[in-house]
Order: sequence, then C-alpha cells, then structure tokens
Amino acid sequence: MFHLILFLFFGAICVGGAVNLLAQSHPINSALSLIVVMGSLAAEYLLLGAEFLAAIQVIVYAGAIMVLFLITIMLLNAGKEERTKGSRVAILIGVPGVLIGGVLVTWTLLHRSDMPSVPIGALKGDPSDIARLLFHQFLLPFEVTSVLILIAIMGAVVLASRPEAIARRHYGDEAPEETRELVASGKDH
Amino acid sequence: MIPVSCYLVLSGILFVCGLLGFLIKRNIITIFMSIELMLNGVNLSFVAFAAQWHALSGQVFVFFVMVVAAAEAAVGLAIIIAVYRTRETLNVDQVNLLKL
Repeated sequence: MFHLILFLFFGAICVGGAVNLLAQSHPINSALSLIVVMGSLAAEYLLLGAEFLAAIQVIVYAGAIMVLFLITIMLLNAGKEERTKGSRVAILIGVPGVLIGGVLVTWTLLHRSDMPSVPIGALKGDPSDIARLLFHQFLLPFEVTSVLILIAIMGAVVLASRPEAIARRHYGDEAPEETRELVASGKDH
Repeated sequence: MIPVSCYLVLSGILFVCGLLGFLIKRNIITIFMSIELMLNGVNLSFVAFAAQWHALSGQVFVFFVMVVAAAEAAVGLAIIIAVYRTRETLNVDQVNLLKL
C-alpha cells in the first residue's frame, strides 16, 4: 500500500511535469519542468531498487545536461515561441494521433494479466555489481563510449566556436585581411 | 507489490508526452528537451524490465543511454548555437535551408 502511494505520488509529479513542459510557451519554464520530471524519475528508480541509476539520473541528467540546456537558453536569450501555420497543423493532426497511440499502449499493458508484480526495491545489485558487469562483460562498449564522448566534446567545440575569434587570437588584431577571410571561410580547419 | 505494467504505463505516458512535444513545439530547444523526455521514458521501461527479470544488464543499458544522451546534448546544443548565429532565430519553421 505504501509502495503504491509512493509510486502514484512520484508518477503524478512526473506526468504533471511532462504535461507542463508541453503547456509552457517559454523554454526556460519547459526546462525547469523537465528537471522536475527527471527528479521524480530518480525517485521511481529508487522505488525499483536501482540506487546507482537514481544517483546518476540526478547527477548527469538533472545536473549536467539540464545545466547545459539552461545555459544555452540564457545564452541565446530565447523568448516565447510564436505559433505558426505549421504548428497549428501539427497540433490538429499530432495531438489526436499521439493520444490514440498512448491510450492503446496503456490499455494493452493494463490488460496483460501475466505481468508479475515487483516489491519495493526489487532490483538486487549495488553499484559494485554493476561495476563488475560494466568492466567485464561490457568492457568494449564502455571503452567505445569514451571515444564517443571525446568526439562529442571536439564536435561541440568546433561547432560552437567562432572562426573570427580564433583568427583574432592567433594573429592579433593586425592580421592581414586575406588571412581573416580564409579563417572565417573555414578553410583553415 | 505493484505490477510492472504500471511502470511501463508511466514510461509510455512520458514517451507520448515527449513525442507530442516533438510534434507541436516550434522552438528548437524545446524540441530537443522533448527528445530527452522520450529517452527518460525509455530508461524507465528498461529499469522496470530489469526488475521483472532480475537482470542487471538493464541498468547497464540505461547507463549507456545516459552517456549517449549527454554526448547528444553537447553536440545538439552546439548545433543550435551555430544555427542561431547564422539565422538569428530558434523557430524551426524558419530554418528550412541547409545553406545560407
């Protein structure tokens, strides 16, 4: 009973945050409600017994990724989104279609009687077990993700950098005009 | 004791909300946040199935999904910044050319 109450409480917060993300028109409000969703999802992971995932959900998702989002929103000074013709068409067709799909999925899942029940904290396995799995069976994917992260960092730096600023840093303000143009056109790198 | 299907329904609702946001939102950053919401919904279903089968590899998969989501967020937001620099808008309806 206590388990069910906790599940419903955090689930309601989760769904409320997700709906609020859709309802808000300012991106910063959407980002804050996404943080609420991620925090309550961490609580759901704790209910299932996945402490490690709850911790990295809060640290990586609600912490690192959402800070990145908030900083980008503030950097670009994003304002309210305006409604256009395309968005009205998307609402007209998308909302009923997606709602029908969601209701179908919910109905199917709730009418499956062979789904087992899980007690609170059903998952056995503390972080050391996950680490053992990660560094033995999943060692190769783990190492590949480190390469992926490295490439992502380099890609982010290259994409977000301004070529003119790089030219000024390398050649100073007295850089010849053709050098600046060359760097700005992207042929330098 | 609550059935695994309850967790799956919650994850389905989150996924549907993300899909809806992806379709109806016009701000490129909000669309990106909807994608994160969908990833979160899928993560919850991974953990629920891991609890059902008493398998730890479900948690490892969620870990990998989070790593990929972090990399995706870094690159995607850099692309958004680059798009905003060249077009001065975040509305996806006005970003309809690959080249200026």
